[in-house]
Amino acid sequence: MVYNQITINKRNSVLLFLLFFIILTSLGYIFGYIFEFGYTGVVFGFIFALVSALISYYYGDKLVLNISRAREVKKKEYPFLVNTIEGLSLGYGIPMPRVYVMPGNQINAFATGRDPKNASISVTEGALDKLNKEELEGVLSHEISHIKNLDIRLMVLTAIMVGTIVMISDFFLRSVFFTRQDDRGKGNIQIILFIIGIFLAILSPIFAQLIKLAISRKREYLADSSGALLTKNPKGLANALRKIMNDKDILRTANHATAHLFISNPFKSKKDLFTNLFSTHPPLNERIKKLEDM
Amino acid sequence: MAYLSLLIFLGGIVLLFVLAYNKLVSLKNQTENSWSQIDVQLKRRYDLIPNLVESVKGYMKHEKGILETVTSLRSKLIKGDVNEKEKANNQFSNALKSIFAVAENYPKLQASKNFLNLQDELSATENKISYARQFYNESVYNLNTAVGSFPTNAIAKIFNFSKKEYFGVEEEAKKSVKISF
Repeated sequence: MVYNQITINKRNSVLLFLLFFIILTSLGYIFGYIFEFGYTGVVFGFIFALVSALISYYYGDKLVLNISRAREVKKKEYPFLVNTIEGLSLGYGIPMPRVYVMPGNQINAFATGRDPKNASISVTEGALDKLNKEELEGVLSHEISHIKNLDIRLMVLTAIMVGTIVMISDFFLRSVFFTRQDDRGKGNIQIILFIIGIFLAILSPIFAQLIKLAISRKREYLADSSGALLTKNPKGLANALRKIMNDKDILRTANHATAHLFISNPFKSKKDLFTNLFSTHPPLNERIKKLEDM
Repeated sequence: MAYLSLLIFLGGIVLLFVLAYNKLVSLKNQTENSWSQIDVQLKRRYDLIPNLVESVKGYMKHEKGILETVTSLRSKLIKGDVNEKEKANNQFSNALKSIFAVAENYPKLQASKNFLNLQDELSATENKISYARQFYNESVYNLNTAVGSFPTNAIAKIFNFSKKEYFGVEEEAKKSVKISF
């Protein structure tokens, strides 16, 4: 079943690349059409997609770690954290991932990278403070299962590509609002830019839905259960999730593009429309229940 | 035409042969790699023992017996086959457990940073051994299944691939790992 998951993740990563190319190339085409430079737009869109796809494949993990202000740590500073991660990776027979700690009082963690040879695990200071050893081991086993199942590749690609689309839509909207009113004759372009901006603004929530499909609930449940099988201690992760559920802190360094990477939703608030749109995580209650039934 | 189908048939058999052989090689390599991971951790324990004995012997005057056991087990951790190492490792885990239990009677020892570091380091290796063992046993399971089942068993016989032994653990010791932190 896990080998299946690896195959699915590889295939979905390729599909994601294709989708990204199609969207950016067609945007290039629209752009070229409006500004009358024809197929240069397509070429530009294609090159832009190629560059950002390569960047997200090779440097996506570093970008995400940077956004979260994570810092690589050594065994001397956090012996238990580093030793546990080393132990867990021995259990799966994968190379040991790099270990990071990021600021923030919320209990949270994520894994990223393109394959088990180039992977990292990052935990918040809050997780280190509030979880006991057993619970921390549970959380880490969930993260290392994401690495083993190759979820990380798909997740980081999604983060960067969604981020790019959101950024472009932002750029369009801004350029509409900041264009000076007295630029006559450019009225048409303004309207068209505005329409494209709106179009993209609509597109990014659709992308969010795509993340939802890609980072499906099954993926989180699978990481929970394979983590519990690895530690032979489902209670550790279940207790950690219960603590996460009662945790009042929010994580400021997370954003809508990176939210799905984390072990639990970094935003907390249920009233926020965006949060619901982007709710990529299954309810904690159900996750705890499944672990306790193991 | 008959030639062609014969060729295809032989080609198929050769292909099957090659695939089965490669599968066995990769499974065998996996067990050897995972075994070497266990060895690394056993070696780490081996290296920590003199420090441990050094740091507790000033305190544990009445428990010389345990310390002697530990010292005598030391060389067994890195010598011998899977079975011998397994036995030494289990005995060592138990001895370690009693040392840590006894240590609780010595507040001064409990306050020593050096001892606490050693204790952490030793339980970390204990955990790593148990994880490395999990993966090793999984690899052995895969290899043994391949060696024992058709059609790989035929290839295994020709090229002398044999089943390997599991690195077991006493149930008691296994529980202690979980309680230890």
